[in-house]
Amino acid sequence: MPEQTTVASTGNILVAEAMRQANPDVIPAYPITPQTTVVEELAKYVAQGRIHAEYVNVESEHSAMSAAIGASAAGARVATATSSQGLALMWEELHIAAGMRLPIVMFNANRALSAPINIHCDHSDIMGARDTGWIILFAETAQEAYDNTVISFRIAEHPDVLLPVMTTADGFITTHSIDRAEVMDDATVAEFIGDYEPEFALLDEGSPVSHGTFAGLGGPFFEFKRSQRNAIDRSMPVIKQIAAEWSAICGRPFGMTEGWGMEDAEVAIVVIGSTAGNARHVARELREQGVKAGVLKVRCFRPFPAAEIAEALKGVKAVAVLDRSESFGAEGGPLYLETRSALYDLDARPAVVNYIYGLGGSDVTLDLMRRVYGDLSDIAGGGAASSELVYLGAR
Amino acid sequence: MALTLKELTHRQDKLAGGHRLCAGCGASIAVRQILLAAGDDAHIVSGCATGCLEVSTTIYPYSSWRTSFIHNAFENSAATISGVEAAFKGLQRAGKIPAEKRMKFVAFGGDGGTYDIGLQSLSGAMERGHDMVYVCYDNGAYMNTGIQRSSATPFHAWATTSEVGKAQQGKQQRRKDLTSIIAAHGVPYAAQASISHWRDLVTKAEKAFAVEGPAFLNVLATCPRGWRSPYNKSVEMAKLGVQTGFWPLFEVEDGTWRQTVRVPQRKPIEEFLKPQGRFKHLFKPENAELMKDVQAEVDRYWDYIVRRCECEGDAPKAAE
Repeated sequence: MPEQTTVASTGNILVAEAMRQANPDVIPAYPITPQTTVVEELAKYVAQGRIHAEYVNVESEHSAMSAAIGASAAGARVATATSSQGLALMWEELHIAAGMRLPIVMFNANRALSAPINIHCDHSDIMGARDTGWIILFAETAQEAYDNTVISFRIAEHPDVLLPVMTTADGFITTHSIDRAEVMDDATVAEFIGDYEPEFALLDEGSPVSHGTFAGLGGPFFEFKRSQRNAIDRSMPVIKQIAAEWSAICGRPFGMTEGWGMEDAEVAIVVIGSTAGNARHVARELREQGVKAGVLKVRCFRPFPAAEIAEALKGVKAVAVLDRSESFGAEGGPLYLETRSALYDLDARPAVVNYIYGLGGSDVTLDLMRRVYGDLSDIAGGGAASSELVYLGAR
Repeated sequence: MALTLKELTHRQDKLAGGHRLCAGCGASIAVRQILLAAGDDAHIVSGCATGCLEVSTTIYPYSSWRTSFIHNAFENSAATISGVEAAFKGLQRAGKIPAEKRMKFVAFGGDGGTYDIGLQSLSGAMERGHDMVYVCYDNGAYMNTGIQRSSATPFHAWATTSEVGKAQQGKQQRRKDLTSIIAAHGVPYAAQASISHWRDLVTKAEKAFAVEGPAFLNVLATCPRGWRSPYNKSVEMAKLGVQTGFWPLFEVEDGTWRQTVRVPQRKPIEEFLKPQGRFKHLFKPENAELMKDVQAEVDRYWDYIVRRCECEGDAPKAAE
């Protein structure tokens, strides 16, 4: 029988706990704020003999992902963690991990990118990786960071998928704040994730394989990319199914998106990560005042649940998309662009406005959420939707 | 017991023919000799940096490798194979690979992928002590992209990014001494070898595979395209590199430095440079002084290696 223990812990410690329970064979590790306590915690488990993983103290994040790729191609279950500049340094390797169809699981503590240097939360790093071919999950809370990490291994290694998965949480806000969470017992997690049985492992004696071969000069590069596209498309139902299975075991809801008040919402905020809580808090206030406010949280960003988002937003009058990262020179932030595109085929499209918020840990207050809902109510009441990009709360 | 040529001819080549490397390519000679040294029974995983060797031997759906093989990117052949080796250890600890099982892990890279862009990755892997062999096939430039200068390019050599003209005569800097850098990591085995001295190379490869922990081989490997040398003289070219002292053959075994091939009478450097188009500017009368500088640089490096082998060797004055 599944047994859960209630703990008070941080997102990072819970991610490390989920990684320990997944029983990885190799952990390439490199420190970077605010991810470091994940690899520190894993180092303790190694020293205590609680996990069998080979812990590789690489000399950079580039080598962390390079070693992860070697280890995964060799047939090992691989887990690692990074953040910000570290994720950026891995950039070419992120594409290679996905292109080689290696089911690596990596945690990212979402943090701003330089310059100017800043160690606090935003989504610039992870959104920069959105087209690398990885499956990307966002957590609002430490609990979600734990649950996302547990299911990441199952998703990545699913034979219909075989893609790397990034499980993420907002730097400091979720990674370092102590939160209440339920942790599943080891045996249940181990049984849920199961064993990794790679089909094309370098270490398989008797069947030598080649990984990372040359497909240029008229070779099948284009077709490989098509097959990679098919894999991430196939991952959508797989993620839903695995999330539902985990939800049945742990008793917590788990959707690609999660709506609050969306059944009859006239104004809604679309948001990712820790800010969803702020938005819900204000939406609840507004409901008491008779405003039909809703919140749509996107938990899985890649693959992007466009149909689900369109379905959730189709009856809404005015929608605000909150982006915690920039797409400089574009019409708006990445979540806005994709959400707006998802709504294009609706018969009646809601008005959609975009706010850039919280860059580099800029404070996300309830007042800012009130301001957004205020703007939405104006638009819903017949006011014009501004196409101007708003830097929410910038001084 | 030293390997004989006869014995080697009975072993299976682990890099099959039919690959697309140029006629006279030194890299394929280095790979074949080194993998022969691993023995027929060895279960090997080879890694390769992006470069001529990789693109020419693994054109999908073909592969010339009779080993398992992984190519990742340009700068991370060492980190990638270190991950493969870590997987072996982790899976052994998990009981998924028998504890008594032994495997060999070897990473290949050219000088661009090793001396320059891959130096950090290599240094990290050597420092961490993975049980692996790293082989640099050094042909002294980025040959795959079209003969660009690397930190292994010889002093005053022409390359497409260290041009020859009125204002400059080829590369202005001396070569980086990578073998000494890796030896300074305190690895159990580091050596410099050449495709021209098969017994020396194969013996060093055997030692490199035999040690527990990281080993490094730096192999002089002619590139007829880049050196502008006759494709049917590649082995002779490398031999001249050794005989002129341009490429001293030595090994550092558990901290003991040893010259493995003595060169009692070093030939003048001109004999190595003359057949190579990349040095033809040095033979112009107005560049006579530069030729002296090139000889002086060869002498400096030779003397340095001799001194280290004398001071840190097991047989004082081993070298003549």
